[in-house]
Amino acid sequence: MTEVDLVDIGGGNIGSISRCLERLSIPFRNVGASKPPDGTRPLIVPGVGAFGAVMDSLSAAGLDETIRTLARAGTPCLGICIGMQILFDSSTESPGVKGLGLLKGGVVRFDAPKVPQIGWNYITSSHSDWAPGYVYFVNSYYAQPAVEDHVLYRSNYAGPFCAAVQHANITGFQFHPEKSSTFGHNLIERWVRSVN
Amino acid sequence: MSTDLCKRIIPCLDVDNGVTVKGVKFGDLRIIGDPVELAVLYEKQGADELTFLDISASRDERATLVKLVEKVAHNLSIPFTVGGGVSSLDDVKRLLASGADKVSINTSAVNKPELVEQIATACGSQCCVVAIDARKTTTNGSGSSEPRWEVLIKGGTVSAGRDAFEWAVECVERGAGEILLTSWDKDGTLDGFDLEMVRLFAERLPVPVIASGGARDAGSFIDVFTLGHADAALAASIFHDGTWTIGAIKDQLTQAGVTVRLC
Repeated sequence: MTEVDLVDIGGGNIGSISRCLERLSIPFRNVGASKPPDGTRPLIVPGVGAFGAVMDSLSAAGLDETIRTLARAGTPCLGICIGMQILFDSSTESPGVKGLGLLKGGVVRFDAPKVPQIGWNYITSSHSDWAPGYVYFVNSYYAQPAVEDHVLYRSNYAGPFCAAVQHANITGFQFHPEKSSTFGHNLIERWVRSVN
Repeated sequence: MSTDLCKRIIPCLDVDNGVTVKGVKFGDLRIIGDPVELAVLYEKQGADELTFLDISASRDERATLVKLVEKVAHNLSIPFTVGGGVSSLDDVKRLLASGADKVSINTSAVNKPELVEQIATACGSQCCVVAIDARKTTTNGSGSSEPRWEVLIKGGTVSAGRDAFEWAVECVERGAGEILLTSWDKDGTLDGFDLEMVRLFAERLPVPVIASGGARDAGSFIDVFTLGHADAALAASIFHDGTWTIGAIKDQLTQAGVTVRLC
């Protein structure tokens, strides 16, 4: 299987995604400030924490521009959790902070009695070849893609929200596929196969 | 087809000296010594999360917990929480770095409430679970007729002299992402969850409440979700003794109209 590059900006869910890739026998290397991605491999961008903090870490490592350039040149790119949110233009979590802007739209906070959403939720797709299933979420914010066609999966938490996006070479999962048992691991494996 | 967040079922495994799970019967299978095997079995059964509680007596024995956490992380693909004897931010960071998704703190939070903030700030609220052991009290300090519960620490042996709900509110304000609420009155009784207490906490706190203590059968889980409004429910013995599988409980919950993750 294709080797993938895992963007390591410290902290976050890097450990659990690494272990997930190991279990799936997907070879990967960690990329970061000292070893920036060069576009020869598909890119996974994880992220846990605040939108602004993740963008700060990326820019401190000089990676925001690198990822933007590679993604615009066609390198397959998978954002997970905050890694998905920063694919968009901005977030109400960190006003004034620009996201990667690879997808049009913004990120907003849930209007629900309990925030963050913590737990398993059911996701469905309008694409018949993407099966519905249960995935594990931990998020206070969710993306609102400006282009409806970019929505890959939807779910409901005090109202409908976008659970996954896909547009050309850009994919994003708001949930944690690495913590979503077999269904989640299959989604990661499918993405890696699709970008082969 | 469900559209709401699923109610979670969380088996709890007691771990001693990093390896031992005591008195676990699993149908014909009896597992002693390897909590990882049991954890994998529970994931296959449909557990939504797992909690490991370290009951080791000494600090040295607790060091072996890290190895266990690493092994669990490599074998599970659902989230898991580790608690028991966690007393500093360094402890928390070590467990998270070893692969735990969340860490629960109990007595140490009561003794040092700023630990909750430290964890939330350094690691995020999502991994900061505060466990509260609560006992119903007849003391009625405020003069109101509302039922009250007091906080117990040190494994339920000592009263902290605090109101459990007020303490839960403070924990949330300090950054706790979830509250694991154990009823001292119900724990080990197989008498069902403390619905009155769970409902009070689950309805008023803005974070998920995990109910614990007293699970007897599928009916206990139906009650704690439909009447207690818990976000998740934790149990040990009814899973360990093999009388109920998680799948069987989830089937009953589904029939009762409770949204759960089906595998």
